[in-house]
Amino acid sequence: MTGVGDEITRIHRAEWARVVATLARRLGDLDIAEEMAAEAFAIAVERWPVDGVPPNPGGWLTTTAYHKAVDRLRREIRREEKHREALMLFDTPEPLGVIDDDRLRLVFTCCHPALAVEARVALTLRMVGGLTVPEIARAFLVEEAAMGQRITRAKAKIKAARIPYGVPFREDLPARVTGVLAVLYLIFNEGYLASNPGREPIRGELTAEAIRLTRLVRDLLPADGEVAGLLALMLLTEARRAARVSSSGELVTLGEQDRGAWNRELIAEGHALVRARLAAGQAPGRYQILAAINAVHTDARDLRDTDWSQVVALYDQLVRLDPSPIVRLNRAIAVAELDGPQVALAEVDTLPLEGYHPFHATRADLLRRLGRSAQARAAYDRAIELAGNTAETAYLIRRRDQLAGACSWWPPPG
Amino acid sequence: MAQYLMSVLHDSDSLAPPEEMAAIDVFNEQLQADGHWVFAAGLASPGSATVVDARDGDPVFTDGLYLESKEHIVGFWIVEAPHLDVALKLAAGGSKACNRRVELRPILGE
Repeated sequence: MTGVGDEITRIHRAEWARVVATLARRLGDLDIAEEMAAEAFAIAVERWPVDGVPPNPGGWLTTTAYHKAVDRLRREIRREEKHREALMLFDTPEPLGVIDDDRLRLVFTCCHPALAVEARVALTLRMVGGLTVPEIARAFLVEEAAMGQRITRAKAKIKAARIPYGVPFREDLPARVTGVLAVLYLIFNEGYLASNPGREPIRGELTAEAIRLTRLVRDLLPADGEVAGLLALMLLTEARRAARVSSSGELVTLGEQDRGAWNRELIAEGHALVRARLAAGQAPGRYQILAAINAVHTDARDLRDTDWSQVVALYDQLVRLDPSPIVRLNRAIAVAELDGPQVALAEVDTLPLEGYHPFHATRADLLRRLGRSAQARAAYDRAIELAGNTAETAYLIRRRDQLAGACSWWPPPG
Repeated sequence: MAQYLMSVLHDSDSLAPPEEMAAIDVFNEQLQADGHWVFAAGLASPGSATVVDARDGDPVFTDGLYLESKEHIVGFWIVEAPHLDVALKLAAGGSKACNRRVELRPILGE
């Protein structure tokens, strides 16, 4: 019966985080919570096709997992009484001003700044997202055993160092939310532009998972403007997914994309979020500004119709928040549309981004537009050398080889 | 409550200047007032260390640190905190007070 199978998959997506989160609090142990949640789902896969799906599947799963855990803990405690003490994970006593949901505790624990970034990503996908270790290993092109170890080590640190199972102190909240959003954005970006050659360039399962997790965090922190901003940014980026890679597996730039292939539903949702943030009248953070930039792009019929002065103004705002060279590079790309490639190139050439392939790709494009083919070719070569994504490499190679054609009528110097 | 070791890392064995010592005193008093204090001490220069190995009978003495490294521990605190978020705040306060990096590590419970 595939009907029940689909139903179980849907329930797994919807309930996994809640089951793990509730168990982690009640049992005081993240490791056992994860294991027992997995066991309860395995039992469901066996029983529900025969017995039918219970009326409250989430409750059924939590209770089943809890009973399994208690049985196991009893056996262990009998074996070694003193282990009981060690099994108590903590609970920060007060909810500290934000809503107290077990899933929120779980998110903050998995994204704790005392864990390495790769560990935060892996743990979040496993504990909150419910992805299996092999799935996460595949997503990041890491050996399954190594990924398993990464997660095990992170759980061991949580226990040994007593990383609290709770929401952070009020004064730490903005920084900790930023940390959570960084993890979610990292997951999204790995799906959106996989960094590894020999992989599909865009992996919908990772972008979809990142969006699902961000929706969950938004449900938990509805008043946070940056959470809304990140969700909007993801939706407006995801909306262009189908148009981003050609049938031959080559990256299609914004200007060349078939805008009819953009997902209107996602764009409408993203625009609504951006409008709501604008109406809130608070100074926007980086994700809200990035979302607003994407809203301008997705509002335009084509590249020429784009309100570039608005885009540059938003980048100016972003540069004030984050004057990093990468932000200034992106601003320069918009400046090229507004004030021409010469102005943009002058700005780009001041940036210390020698090892960053988009820097060379941008220079190559600007030089090409200025008719400086030889220099453009050198820049394309450097970009191709550094780029990891297959679709991007294919695009850069085509662009470079089109220069070759140009060279046949462009007299070589000297 | 759990205990954590806060090791102060530094790349020379020069002593802290007086204004740092004063900041450390203020920090220590705060630790005591807030009930986090267990113990703290500064260490003599790494050149004064001796490694002692008595595992195979007669002790063997080796001059110097057991690990050659650019950085070494010049002092430490042992503090008590309910969980890592509190301990991280203490470590941040300690790092500020002594103007050095601090390694925070849980001490195994009994």
